[in-house]
Amino acid sequence: MKQYSIGIDIGSTCAKAVVLDAEKHIMERFLLPTGWSSVETAEKLKEQLSAYLSDAFTVATGYGRACVPFADRSVTEITCHGKGAAFLYSAPTLTVIDIGGQDTKIILLENGTVSDFLMNDKCSAGTGRFLEVMANTLGLRLETLCELASAGGGVSISSMCTVFAESEVISLIGRGEPRENIAFAVVDSIVTKVASQVSRLLQADGAVCLTGGLCELPYLRQALEKKLGRKVVTSSDGRYAGAIGAALLAWKDGAAK
Amino acid sequence: MADYVQMWKDLGMDLESHDVLCSVLPTAVGDVFMTQQNRPKAMDFWDLVISEVHGIRPAELIEEQKKGRKVFGTFCVYVPDEVVIAANGIVTGLCGGSQFWVPGGEAVLPKSTCPLIKASVGARLGRTCPFFRIADMYVGETTCDGKKKAYEILGEDVPMYVMDVPQMKRPEDILKWKNEIAAFAKKVEEFTGNKLTPEKLNEAIKLFNEKRKALARVYNARKSECLPISGRDALLMMQIAFFDDPARCAQMCNRLADELEQRIRDGVSVVPAGTKRILVTGTPLAVPNWKLHNIIETSGAAVVCEEMCTGTRYFENLVDETKTTLDEQFMALSERYMKTNCACFTPNTGRIDDILRMVKEYKVDGVIDCSLKFCCLYDTEKYSVSRALKEAGVPILSLETDYTDTDAEQLRTRIGAFVEMIDG
Ligand code: SF4
Ligand code: SF4
Repeated sequence: MKQYSIGIDIGSTCAKAVVLDAEKHIMERFLLPTGWSSVETAEKLKEQLSAYLSDAFTVATGYGRACVPFADRSVTEITCHGKGAAFLYSAPTLTVIDIGGQDTKIILLENGTVSDFLMNDKCSAGTGRFLEVMANTLGLRLETLCELASAGGGVSISSMCTVFAESEVISLIGRGEPRENIAFAVVDSIVTKVASQVSRLLQADGAVCLTGGLCELPYLRQALEKKLGRKVVTSSDGRYAGAIGAALLAWKDGAAK
Repeated sequence: MADYVQMWKDLGMDLESHDVLCSVLPTAVGDVFMTQQNRPKAMDFWDLVISEVHGIRPAELIEEQKKGRKVFGTFCVYVPDEVVIAANGIVTGLCGGSQFWVPGGEAVLPKSTCPLIKASVGARLGRTCPFFRIADMYVGETTCDGKKKAYEILGEDVPMYVMDVPQMKRPEDILKWKNEIAAFAKKVEEFTGNKLTPEKLNEAIKLFNEKRKALARVYNARKSECLPISGRDALLMMQIAFFDDPARCAQMCNRLADELEQRIRDGVSVVPAGTKRILVTGTPLAVPNWKLHNIIETSGAAVVCEEMCTGTRYFENLVDETKTTLDEQFMALSERYMKTNCACFTPNTGRIDDILRMVKEYKVDGVIDCSLKFCCLYDTEKYSVSRALKEAGVPILSLETDYTDTDAEQLRTRIGAFVEMIDG
């Protein structure tokens, strides 16, 4: 029997790693930018995890999950995020919203297991990438964009497509629209897109949680709450949900050995 | 490999581009089919046909043409092959399933056309598919808007006959389709110079019923808990059925079914016990479109049935063989064909009933409803399909894809997650 389990989540912008002990306490959590190569990122993770590796089962997830040679197996991010979210927020019915860098996942959990899911990864509208592009256009950091947005209003972006939305933002800037208002419009646009996806899976009762990197932006969560008309919870470990889920599955693997 | 270059030249094909197309096929076949373990021996026939897909059958068709027979190319399972065969004609399917042809289609069609249509038009205009060159006449049909308008463009390049498919299934629509079949029969008589007789039509009806029964036998074997054939192999058999001689098709399918039935008796399965069984439904999968099946079956699940035109819609329901006049036979044909449930019709609740029935018959663990990009009909119908399956407690995954490989990883994640979900 091994002492630890490791979950690795290689996303499009960030790679996350979590180490759990036998009591399922989080011993270690850290992240690295994914950069150009998932393989290199996996190498770096391996170095940082060297203290645990030989005494742990490892599960990899995320879009770079196939590039982690030292993992015992790989599991899709839907299953891992589901497991991780159920660990962070216990509720009999839970809708998980994960706004990632490249994709947005909506996962419905019933009693801790995935019963349905939706994924948007065909276009960047409604993903973290959209916010990033807009923040760049406005010359702002993501955090500042969200702070500003909370003070703005009255403007909207009509285009769903990131490329067209960007030119809309540029013309708003050109027209002299205050940055607060543009920032508001940007957040409103992504929240509207995400909410329309969520509505396809949202249950009449049950909790809603937000995971992924963007859950650390308070205004985004509030805006989403407002749009959905539902309470949306987050956790400080929200962005590790996928890695935590992978580590939990690794424990199960280990126990089965 | 036999040398078909002269034949392709005589067909006026663009040999240079055709070489490019031919060079990718062997790898695709190798990756998708040859990597499988424990395949039925009888698949050797289809392996051979696909390895020389632009050679063997086209050469046969040309031989027949030399004897004066006419080849009709079709795009939809609503076109009644029996009528053509009864007039000593030959039918070949013409649907394009490769991304290779899409840019050629996009040169004349809107980008927002489904890839099946774009590929079919591209295959004709680009002169890179022998079947599209050989066909003496194309038979289109007024099913979806994309096809209707594409036929106008194809019709400038090749003799084109379009059948007017009804949009509903009321008694008057079945009568209307009967009249369309009668009008088509007249056209076929003119074009081939051969008269239709009730005897000949009856023979053709029987021939096609035999082919349907043989295909159904293979599908029946897939209902077994002990799965004797992969979804990929069954799909290949199905796709080739659109091109092959109907009598040989029936013979080969029966030979395969014999082996599959023996495998079931011997407990030989192509997958480990407990492998999740998937029903695939949606738009047709034309050769060489194996992307979906390949991803599903390399993600730990098995495809046990296709509720598709390259699947059950092609062979379910037989034509009444007891009719003795052409008029009655046309009606019998209409009645059989109008049972096919395609999203071009409204309402199309029969398709939902079919899917629910097949979920039971094929002991299905989950359904994947996949439509080609820009197919508004099947895309819209996903809503009712998914609602009905959810109500029945059957896991359902809705997907949309095209012929490119760019979304392969995204599909792999969704399908992998779906399989993990039903695995519990
Ligand atoms: S999907 Fe509809 S239009 Fe297409 S081949 Fe089938 S019946 Fe014909
Ligand atoms: S898949 Fe849809 S859009 Fe394409 S040919 Fe068939 S019915 Fe028409």
